[in-house]
Amino acid sequence: MYSSGVKKSDLSESLLYNPKIRSISFQLIALVLVFSALFILRNNTLVNLDAQGKSLGFGFLKDTSGFSILPTFGTWAMNYQVGVSTYLDVFFVGILNTTVVALMGILAATIVGFTIGIFRLSNNFILKTFASIFVEIFRNIPLLLWLFIFYFAVLRNLPAKRDAVFLSETVGLNITGLYAPAPLLQAGFLYVVLALMVSLVAAVFISNWAKKRFLATGKKIPGGWISLAIVFILPIIVFYALGKPLAWEYPIFKSDGPILRRGFQSGVGMMIVPEMIAVWAALSLYTAAYIAEIVRSGILAVSYGQTEASFALGLRPSATLRLVIIPQAMRVIVPPLTSQYLNLIKNSSLAVAIAYPELVSTFGGTALNQVGKEVEMIFMLMCVYLTFSILTSMFMNWFNSRMKLEER
Amino acid sequence: MKKSFIFGAVAALGLIASGASFGGSHSGGTLEAVKSKGFIQCGVSQGLPGFSNQGDDGKWAGLDVELCRAVAVAIFNDTNAVKFSPLSSKQRFTALSSGEIDILSRNTTWTMTRDTQLGLNFAGVNYYDGQGMMVPSSLNVSAATELDGANICTNTGTTTELNITDFFRMNNMKFNLVAFEKADEVVAAYDAGRCDVYTTDRSGLAAQRLKLTNPNSHTVLPEIISKEPLGPVVRQGDDQWFNIVRWVHNAMVNAEEMGITSANVDKMRDSKNPAMKRLLGTEGSFGEELGISNDWAYNIIKHIGNYGESYERNVGPNTPLKLARGANALWTNGGLMYAAPVR
Repeated sequence: MYSSGVKKSDLSESLLYNPKIRSISFQLIALVLVFSALFILRNNTLVNLDAQGKSLGFGFLKDTSGFSILPTFGTWAMNYQVGVSTYLDVFFVGILNTTVVALMGILAATIVGFTIGIFRLSNNFILKTFASIFVEIFRNIPLLLWLFIFYFAVLRNLPAKRDAVFLSETVGLNITGLYAPAPLLQAGFLYVVLALMVSLVAAVFISNWAKKRFLATGKKIPGGWISLAIVFILPIIVFYALGKPLAWEYPIFKSDGPILRRGFQSGVGMMIVPEMIAVWAALSLYTAAYIAEIVRSGILAVSYGQTEASFALGLRPSATLRLVIIPQAMRVIVPPLTSQYLNLIKNSSLAVAIAYPELVSTFGGTALNQVGKEVEMIFMLMCVYLTFSILTSMFMNWFNSRMKLEER
Repeated sequence: MKKSFIFGAVAALGLIASGASFGGSHSGGTLEAVKSKGFIQCGVSQGLPGFSNQGDDGKWAGLDVELCRAVAVAIFNDTNAVKFSPLSSKQRFTALSSGEIDILSRNTTWTMTRDTQLGLNFAGVNYYDGQGMMVPSSLNVSAATELDGANICTNTGTTTELNITDFFRMNNMKFNLVAFEKADEVVAAYDAGRCDVYTTDRSGLAAQRLKLTNPNSHTVLPEIISKEPLGPVVRQGDDQWFNIVRWVHNAMVNAEEMGITSANVDKMRDSKNPAMKRLLGTEGSFGEELGISNDWAYNIIKHIGNYGESYERNVGPNTPLKLARGANALWTNGGLMYAAPVR
């Protein structure tokens, strides 16, 4: 090290220029700055709130809320009742409604996005053009506008409240929503759920075993079909053995009587409000356009030599896509896909514009205006969205690590 | 290197220190802040004809808007020394308490919760309203008690949500509430038939009705299910600013009571009537006590007019809203408009 004969300079002996001390001291300074900023922020908040005659605290969550919320999954799951339910319940109603629309949106956006993305690369002119038009239209118009377009297009085209179209004998649709039979779980249904769980575990076990055996011996067992059969057959047997512990509550439609009582009776059967359908459709299709482009770029990122090699081995185009291209493309697709999922979750807060009672609309809107605890309530909202996003990221990172190239 | 680092650290600390000091600035001294920036920032609705609405020329007009303009005139003697922030009912209180606006004049109902828990003060009532309901005439409904099972459209973040819930609970009736963020969507959804009922303040019904495809095929039900005193709101803890806003409104009502209008205010200024002299600033120093000029009320009446003039111009029977004075008539005419005297 000292072969060059250069003496250590005086500078490097000074503490100020010691790299270790320097890096630590800068980090310490940064830490102190961050904490003092946080402290001042907190202090300022308290001083300003005090000046306005307000205090901090979460006691308001126990107060009963005096407003009603549009019947949705959240109000049903929380059994929301005016005059009984608290602001904390309102918070959970909002979370549930956001979760439902986000999960359904992610599911639909993924399916539609992958389909359209593959269509865009198809050799079929009609499919290709359709996919291109789909992507360009949905990507280039703001989401808020899509919400309005879907909502008001849906509203304008549905039959009026005292009218309905029936999709089947028990499923009907009009401007107040989509009505379908509601399942009523009877005693003993728990065993059906248990049977389903057992068969799911068994199915996973069997398909793993089949795969292992295939890799070891080369003998193919239709493991997928067998596990699928188990998943269905066992719960169905249990279901019938227990004497069908499930009843249905059918929606009731009246076409006579007092004019306001005509139409579907509220609170009977299952109802899905048009707001929910519009939010779901707009969110999924808008995000699907982005996902389609991600899928396309992912597939194009796999070199064409892989396709040629696969064809040379005698694999059919569908098998090539499924076994050779998609697994490699997934590595390119998953990271940007994660941010699309995060966008979808956060974008769901736009639903307040068309009256879907998600978190920002119920808790961050109506409830905030009644209690006026901005700091606490916005903090809670931030925590919820942060949790959603982190959970999604964690899941997707896990998924991504499974998709990684396994080097042998 | 050493120098620049120390400089950077000092600058950062300075930034934090300045951040620390500006925090409390808007809890008091609104008048000084307004005077130094040269205009007042007024929170209004996103478009409620007659109360606060932007005309085709982009100018804001309406009863609530004129109250803000009157405050601007009292301070600057200039009707245009005011900038408007359109706010949704959800945003309005946060905008006021964060200091984004100086006065909220946005058909806002005075309630105890808002007065005591939101850190705000209501400076008066410039429109006495009540919540009403509108239904399509084709439903043949004549009373609100027939509305069991109805779908109801309204705005989020308002007292209307609570009132309608209370009314239906009290009468043991079921209903579904569809609550939108903006009034335009409420109207559009009601127009499309999503709801049987549109509920908001009766003044709002009269205004929003104009946006329907067929304004005449809808009926406003006779029931008034709530008291909705609408008025200007300011931040709590700044009494001087609160007093200015309160007395601007009082001056307009007093002027109407004394028969002073924008047309005759110059003549009235020479009147021998001591009450008039005090109001118009020729006697005493009432304006200076407020921190503004003594001819503040004269200027308001000269440029804006008295309360009655403002009412007739924006919401009265000769406007599309066709709202009779009713509860908003002067107390001398059997209404509720009553202002404390200037003395």
